[in-house]
Amino acid sequence: MIRKLTAPPIWYGIIAAILLILPLVNDSRSTLILMTQIFIFAVFAMSYDLLLGYTGIISFGHAMFFGLGAYTVGIWMNRQDESLFSLLMAILVTVILCALLGYVLGVVTLRLKSHFYAMLTLAVAGLFQVGAEKWRSLTMGNDGFTFSIPEWLMDRQLFYYIAFFFMVGGFLLLRRFTLSPLGRILQAIRENEQRAESLGYRVLHYKVISNIVAGIVAGLAGLMYGLALRFVNTGVFGVDITLDGLLMTIIGGVGTLVGSIIGAALIQIAHDWLTDLAQVHWLFERWIILFGIIYILAVRFFPQGIVGSIQRLADRWKERKM
Amino acid sequence: MEYILETKDLTVSFGGHVAVNGVTTGFPKNQLKSIIGPNGAGKTTFFNLLSGQLKPTKGEVWFKGIDITHRSPDARTRLGIGRSFQITNVFPNLTVLENVRLAVQSQAGIHYQLLFHFKKYRKLEERAHQILEKVMLDHKSDFLAKNLTHGEKRKLEIAMLLALDSEVLLLDEPTAGMSLEEVPAIIEVIRGLKQENRTIILIEHKVEMVLDLSDSLMVLFNGQLLAEGSPDEILRNERVQEAYLGGLHDAS
Repeated sequence: MIRKLTAPPIWYGIIAAILLILPLVNDSRSTLILMTQIFIFAVFAMSYDLLLGYTGIISFGHAMFFGLGAYTVGIWMNRQDESLFSLLMAILVTVILCALLGYVLGVVTLRLKSHFYAMLTLAVAGLFQVGAEKWRSLTMGNDGFTFSIPEWLMDRQLFYYIAFFFMVGGFLLLRRFTLSPLGRILQAIRENEQRAESLGYRVLHYKVISNIVAGIVAGLAGLMYGLALRFVNTGVFGVDITLDGLLMTIIGGVGTLVGSIIGAALIQIAHDWLTDLAQVHWLFERWIILFGIIYILAVRFFPQGIVGSIQRLADRWKERKM
Repeated sequence: MEYILETKDLTVSFGGHVAVNGVTTGFPKNQLKSIIGPNGAGKTTFFNLLSGQLKPTKGEVWFKGIDITHRSPDARTRLGIGRSFQITNVFPNLTVLENVRLAVQSQAGIHYQLLFHFKKYRKLEERAHQILEKVMLDHKSDFLAKNLTHGEKRKLEIAMLLALDSEVLLLDEPTAGMSLEEVPAIIEVIRGLKQENRTIILIEHKVEMVLDLSDSLMVLFNGQLLAEGSPDEILRNERVQEAYLGGLHDAS
């Protein structure tokens, strides 16, 4: 459907301006780190939304791309020097590896029906995690390793801006992608695969393309995550990374890129806040329990997420006016 | 006679049940041929074999001298065989306009364009509007497809088929579930299509409706081809009479 975005462009401008000024006003380390994490996970959530919300593919293994990006930059920076050139090479290698993985995985598995595909992605992501643990010579096993990055990148404030423009760029690119003729076909496939086929579209091709694009974007988010921490371990392949992406997408609103950004912000802030509350009561440390409850409630009462629900209200209001 | 679409000994069975049994027939170019038969005669199954949704157990399907038995449904659409579905089969959460626009886009061969905004192709949208006007649905173009009435969804289904601009049109009970007032409009659309020199294959349950529309008819009964010929011949055919009265039983 040709939805107009609910928020007029002026709101985007205001929010962007606030985010641009923020590090100048509040330069506390923890705020900058939290915001940087939000930007990076927003991109990851948007890439997940491309699969779930736009193409209708359910993947439980999206973390494999994320982890691949994080490990690629870590290993590359460790083996090469810490210059800008090797960083650019690491980006290129990440893109190539994620595109290859997305292609092979897509061609082999996307013929399967949705839930079989979901299970298989879970297994493949698990395989990556085990691989990262066992291939000690390359990955240092479970403990992971730290690595150095170009020195100017260590400036938190600069990195904040890089992450911010990474998110804005990711948003604009994915938005253009979803609004292209090809993006519209993806949505048709989500709505009714058989019908898309009988209109003459090769459904499998489109699913593979969607998988590749989502994989590359998620890989770049993982790369940024690695750069932010200057550390990588097997956790980046973990199921909870995928589940975070899923939760952000669903809470924000499936099939709306803005929703993924809002979802990422909410989840990261809640995560941060609840961890702080751990001193008040031990339950808050087990924030995953609380998230489980939120998750159930969201799916039960807010299946369209925040942005989806707002859009529906706006549509109703418009209809009433007509 | 020159056939655009032909079947040779077309058979499909599910487990022990033979749904379509050795049907050999042909569809003449630029003519309208209707498939009639009682419920469960295998009409829709036969359609699914023509459009590729099902693969036959035995036999072949030929289109313009090419064996298309093993081609996928989307490949057949691109070759020029479009179909509509008996059960309403649209994109529920997309607008009516977008439903048709997607079909126009496929027909225009814009399949892998990912850099430009879809609105750049304004011609596609204009064409979609024209088609919606043809089926009298243009006033609903901004509605979500799932919010249409049943009859309107049927019209949308036909609009999407029209948008494909195929040489051969397979129409599976286009008026099924429509209110009586809506039926004549759809018949008019089909009559219009016929004048555009297209090959139309029509499944219909209500025989009286298609008699004056069809150049020829074929009768399916228990998966077998019972008879085919001009409307007059079919009407006079005793076996058809008996089948519709329920007197005839399959040899098996």
